[in-house]
This record gives sequence, structure tokens and C-alpha cells, in this order.
Amino acid sequence: MDIVIENLTKIYGNQRAVDNISFRVKTGEVLGFLGPNGAGKTTTMKAITTYLNPDAGNIRVGDFSIHEQPEEIQKRIGYLPESNPLYQEMPIIDYLEFVARLQGIERSRVKERILEMVNVCGLEGEKHKKINELSKGYKQRVGLAQALIHDPEVLILDEPTTGLDPNQIVEIRELIKKIGREKTVILSSHILAEVEATCDRIMIINKGKIVADGTSENLRKQAQGKEIVRVRVDVEDSGVDANGIFEKLKSINSVEMVDIINGDEKTFEVQSVQDASSLKDIFRLCVSNGWTLMELSPIETKLEDVFRELTIN
Amino acid sequence: MKQIWVISKRELQSFFDSLTAYIMLVAFLGFSGLFTWLYGQDIFFVKQASLQAFFGVAYWTLFFFIPALTMRQFAEENKTGTIELLLTRPINDWQVVIGKFFATLLLIIIALAFTLPYYITVANLGNIDHGATITGYLGLILISASYISIGIFTSSISNNQIVGFLLALAIGILFHFLFSFLASSTTGLVGDILYYLSISTHFESISRGVIDSKDLVFFLSLIFLGLISTEAALQKNRN
Repeated sequence: MDIVIENLTKIYGNQRAVDNISFRVKTGEVLGFLGPNGAGKTTTMKAITTYLNPDAGNIRVGDFSIHEQPEEIQKRIGYLPESNPLYQEMPIIDYLEFVARLQGIERSRVKERILEMVNVCGLEGEKHKKINELSKGYKQRVGLAQALIHDPEVLILDEPTTGLDPNQIVEIRELIKKIGREKTVILSSHILAEVEATCDRIMIINKGKIVADGTSENLRKQAQGKEIVRVRVDVEDSGVDANGIFEKLKSINSVEMVDIINGDEKTFEVQSVQDASSLKDIFRLCVSNGWTLMELSPIETKLEDVFRELTIN
Repeated sequence: MKQIWVISKRELQSFFDSLTAYIMLVAFLGFSGLFTWLYGQDIFFVKQASLQAFFGVAYWTLFFFIPALTMRQFAEENKTGTIELLLTRPINDWQVVIGKFFATLLLIIIALAFTLPYYITVANLGNIDHGATITGYLGLILISASYISIGIFTSSISNNQIVGFLLALAIGILFHFLFSFLASSTTGLVGDILYYLSISTHFESISRGVIDSKDLVFFLSLIFLGLISTEAALQKNRN
């Protein structure tokens, strides 16, 4: 079930929390929503779940519009809000039953669905406890269970792994990946590694606008532009010092800029001119001078750098 | 309809789980029993086979207890954020509001049902006016429903239970006695309006056994106004 966002705008006071954004998420896609705090991630997600009324624009989930058939969307969407709100005083099973009934699951199938959720979300050992007796990790699983109980076609997960320990994070990620194969998933996070690990596609938003959209590789490439390589050479006793190497590297045609990283170890960072690679030229330079090339490695732009570049003003 | 009952059932369950329901039942029966049978203008003092004494006490106890029951209903959901999950289910806001309203009303009806032995006892003691007793109970249910709808509304506009409670009490005081108090010292149209707005005047005529459409219209409008304001408050949070 595709999600189509058309010119969505949400204004709080005089601030545009979401500013005229449009995008489409296809069935089976896991979209990672990235952005600094207050970028508009949660607002967009709340609008998709029909909780917030946008000031302008439309959202369609499948064939249904949030303005015309909100109930049809609500039947097909599973939602885990940021703070994972739950009725603390309720036993897990009672809570899941309550949710199942509200989602319109027939009475005869409620029990079966609850058991399946207990299984899928790993709540077997805790199922007789009240929610407030659970650890944070298990509460998060209950949050996922309530979002999944009606087998929704669309899942909206707002920071699903906050506050979990590393083992729990891995487990929840695996779960999301497993579920995500058949469903359309939008998940937000501020942990970049997580988005890279779980999502097919990444969208970075800042100040209510989309600033980047694509696979993590695409984003890196886009941000990278010019090639940067790290070079370390061993000149033995040919009498050349770091400055000499620096000058020679700089004189290569395909090289735009050279930085001395460590003069004693003779390590440099070399930036190539736009759309060119200097790897071969550097190699040839070393060969012709009789230097031993100890390291010649392209430096990958990390997603962190992409993120910082796009969201810091 | 089914969905409304799902909401009501959970609300009712949480009244009992949190002991609120038991405390309310014990306190209500304690107060009303004390003043009906043992103290003040009780039945033996009045020497009449009538439940007027009980209705008088219940009129006041319900006024205080109902805001304490309703204060939690939306304020807590607003505070913890569970309201968001509730309102994104395939149900409409009305079903949520009615479900919560109905749960509290049901608890009050349960409390009133526990006082039926009073009725049976008094009926055995003398010649009770059955009509007036039945309408008296009806009157109590109507004022309860009115206070519940006010309480639910004040709970929905805040995420602080105490604010919800105090505001419900403040609005309640107007209808409970302030309007009739003001009406007694005002003449003309304003006086008439104030007199009509007072819950006590309507309750008095109902508990004497007279069901006037004027009274019913008053209670039903008040209930409806409370519920529709609650719905509006929920909508406002979505903008």
C-alpha cells in the first residue's frame, strides 16, 4: 500500500513545522526519516496516522485520503508513537485485547492474534504481567505488538529504539526488518547507523523541508562530490622530506588540494579535482620516484557528515 | 456501538483496578446511609415513608464525587499520550467521548442500585409514594449524567487531573446552587433565566414525582453541551 504525501504543510504559531513537502513511499519499502529535533519528522508522521489535521495538502494511503476516509486509513495503519504511550495499569493481554477489539478484529480471532503477537514480539515470559511491571525494552515490544495486532499494511514507527540497550536495539531492528518485507514502513530515528541498517531509503528533513532523499549510498555519493584519498609513503633514505612529497603530489594535474596529516609518518590527504580520480597518478608518482606506497585509500564520506552538512546552517 | 462498549469496559475496569470505584461506592453508601437513617433530617426524624432524605444527601454527594471520577478520564490520556493511540484507531471521537461518559454513568447507576434496599425497607415501613421514588432516582441519574458531561469536558481541556477536578466543581457550583441563589435576588427576565439554569429547581420538581418536558429538555441539553464541548476539545488538540 503506497503512501503519497502531497504538499503537506503544518504551521504552529508562526513556525512552519512542515513546509510544503511531497513524497511517495512504495509498498514493501522501509523509509528512514532522519532530521534534527524539531525538523518536522513527528509532525509528518502524526499527520499520516490521521492524528493531526494538516493546514494544507493531502495524504493518501492506498486509495484513501486522510480528509475523506480517515477510518479506512486507521484500519490499515499500525502506529508506535515516540513516547510509546501505554495504559500502565493494564495487564498486557487485556491491553492487546482492548486494542484488537478497537481495531475491529472479530471476537473469534482476537485470541489467536494476541497469541501471535506475544510470539512475534517475544513477550511469552512476561505475558501475565501488568505493563508498569515491565522493563523499558519489554514495554517497547508491547508498543510494537499493539501496532501490529491487526496486521496493518502500513507501519509508522516514531523512534522505535530509543532507550533500549544495544541487544534490544538489534532485536527490535531485526523484527522491523522482518516485518518490513511485506509492509510499507516509515520509521524515524536520530541514530544514523540504525537507519542505514534497517532502511531501504533515507530521507533527511530539516526545518520542515526535505533536504535529501535516496539510498544511503546515493546520499554519500551526492555529498561527496570530489574524491578524497589518504596517502602514506615510505621514502626510505632518498633524502626527501614531507614538504618535498607535498610539492610533488600537488603538482599532479588531477590533484586539487593536499593536506599534510602527519609529517613524520608522511601521511597526506589528497583531494582530486571535480569528477576525476588521482589514484593512478599518485601510484605512478611513487613508482617513478622509487617511493614505497604504504597506504592509498579513498575516504568514504560517512552518513554522519552528510547529515551534518545538510542540517547545520 | 460495539466500539463504544469496548471503551466503556476498559474505563470501568480501570475504575475498579485503581480502587477508585470501591472508594466511591463505600463513601457514597456510607454518607447516604448515615444521613438517610441515622443523622440529621433522617427518615425517623421526618417520620414519613419517603426517600426524600436520601435524595437530598445523594444530590450533594454526587456533586462532589463525580468530578473526582471524571477528572482522570481525559487528563491522564492527554498527559501520557495514550489519547493519540486512541484517536488513531478506526473509531470516531464521538465513540470515545460517549464510551467514557457511559462508563462513569454506569458506575453511578451501580452505586444507586446499591441503595435499592433503602427503598425496599422504607416501602415496608409505611406507605411510600412509588412514583416519586422512581422519578427521584431518575432525577439523580439525570443530574449525574449532567455532572459527568461537565467533568469529562473539563478533563479533556487539560492534562492535569486536579485542574479538571476543580474546574468541574467550579462549573458545577454554578448549576448546583449559585444560579438559584442569584435567581432569588434577581427579578425579571434575568431572574427567570437564572432560575431555569439552576439544576436544583429541576431536580426538586422531578424528585417530587413530576416529570415535565421542560426539565428533561434542560438536562438533556446540558449533557449534550458537555459532550459536544468535549468533542470540540479533542478536535482542537488535533490542530
